[in-house]
Amino acid sequence: MSAASRAAGQPGRNLYDVHEVRKDFPILHQEVNGHPLVYLDNGATSQKPQCVIDTVRHYYEHDNANVHRGVHTLSERATNDYEGARDTVQRFINATDRGEVILTGGTTDGINLIAQSYGRPLLKAGDEIIISTMEHHSNIVPWQMLAGQTGAEVKVIPVNDDGELDMDAYMQMLGPKTRIVSVVHVSNALGTVNPVKAIIDAAHGVGAVAVIDGAQAAPHLAIDVQALDCDFYAFSGHKVFGPTGIGVLYGKRALLEDMDAYQGGGDMIRTVSFEGTTYNDLPYKFEAGTPNIAGAIGLGAALNYVTNLGLEAIAAHEHAVLEAATSALSEIPGLRLIGTARDKSSIVSFVMEGVHPHDIGTVIDSEGVAIRTGHHCAMPLMKRYGVAATARASFALYNTREEVEALAHAIRKVKEVFHR
Amino acid sequence: MDLRALYEEVILDHNRNPRNYPKKPEGCNCTAHGHNPLCGDEVQVHLRVEDGVIKDIGFEGQGCAISTASASLMTEALKGKSEAEAAALFEALHDLLTDENAEQSDAITDRLGKLTVLGGVKEYPMRVKCATLAWHTLAAALEHSKNLVTTE
Repeated sequence: MSAASRAAGQPGRNLYDVHEVRKDFPILHQEVNGHPLVYLDNGATSQKPQCVIDTVRHYYEHDNANVHRGVHTLSERATNDYEGARDTVQRFINATDRGEVILTGGTTDGINLIAQSYGRPLLKAGDEIIISTMEHHSNIVPWQMLAGQTGAEVKVIPVNDDGELDMDAYMQMLGPKTRIVSVVHVSNALGTVNPVKAIIDAAHGVGAVAVIDGAQAAPHLAIDVQALDCDFYAFSGHKVFGPTGIGVLYGKRALLEDMDAYQGGGDMIRTVSFEGTTYNDLPYKFEAGTPNIAGAIGLGAALNYVTNLGLEAIAAHEHAVLEAATSALSEIPGLRLIGTARDKSSIVSFVMEGVHPHDIGTVIDSEGVAIRTGHHCAMPLMKRYGVAATARASFALYNTREEVEALAHAIRKVKEVFHR
Repeated sequence: MDLRALYEEVILDHNRNPRNYPKKPEGCNCTAHGHNPLCGDEVQVHLRVEDGVIKDIGFEGQGCAISTASASLMTEALKGKSEAEAAALFEALHDLLTDENAEQSDAITDRLGKLTVLGGVKEYPMRVKCATLAWHTLAAALEHSKNLVTTE
């Protein structure tokens, strides 16, 4: 029995025992460079619980077949499991119907799909797309490509020194030419949780659609696409304890139905003739070719794991870890936090006087602590804060306060090496 | 892994006080811009080359300790050297960092002299590009290329 199902068996219990939860993640129990692994690079990718590993393994050992074709038993099992995963996603994000859940390759894939299938036929020269300074390159470049194709213009919401969006500037930017607003729910480089509900409502006020990049939100926050009223919401499976190469794009049915198909191929058609082709219903219209079946099934297992543990409990646990990390790192002289928004989730980004983040990463790896160093695929944001790169520790539901202490200890080692 | 072998005192010293930095020599006639997209490190190498000899050299930019120290050590090593000697040194450094021609390691060490301190990087394959960024940029500058070079 996993820690998640144990926790689920205790109604009313708000927090979980993180040491029990850690038993569900086999990869965490190893030494790296002679020290217990302290994995704090969850913003890049998360580790997988045993139930996800077992689910994917079971699929390949017992049920592997292609989906939506063939009448044989394995094909039926594979199809049921694949479509069952879609139902799990639908419940996870509270979508109105399963046709609104498109299984993609990941967040990047989803955003490109929106840009090309929704944006490209619609946008004209002079139309405007609004993004923000804190976007990941995957929520910048697809819009730049779309702007290049259509003559539309990309406008950028500025951020303040704490790493919060300048909402007044955003409101000023909105206008009759605004067609698409696409912003990140939780910043991968700063940890800022953006006021997406207000952003979406304001976009609707001028008749624009709102796209939310939820790559960093899905592992930490409860997502309710109906409450948000977003038009599109994209996230990746691998950041929420599922496999790589699988992701989710939610879209409102009315929009998806009017949109062109993204890629042509098998599964996305109803009939094909050389005179013309009719497309399949939602969501299959957007799922050309054999999908990532094992990935989808693994993602379903991952989302069930998260749901059983409880996103409220996860958020409460992670908040305590983040507070501990913020306070421990703030005490280290010469260390500066980048990103001090009031509403933050699970990420501490920092720079150190006289030590390049790359060197921080190498030294603390020698202590078994894994963090990300670099520009976090957010080069415009790095420029905004006048740094080439930062060091980033990003936490997940299985990280502990002891690991925060190990991080702080490893950072002191950096100072020893560089200021000896 | 021995961190002290990577962050040798000489490397830390050149990181803290890079030589020929920031500097663009008078009469500079070769320049190139290097960029490591992995970490965002940038370096510009400037040279004055006369009759195939590097008369003066300097660099600008921002990078980690390994890339800064490597660039600084490079500028010290190359002043007064011919272009051919510079190319040979880069080749020797490359061999040192990638362990190619390891059987000739004594000969490589002899040729590299002080640059041998960069040898600790060999144990950290992710960092080899940091140590070679300035050298790739140098090679581009010597080809009188104004094109941006990257380590990718």
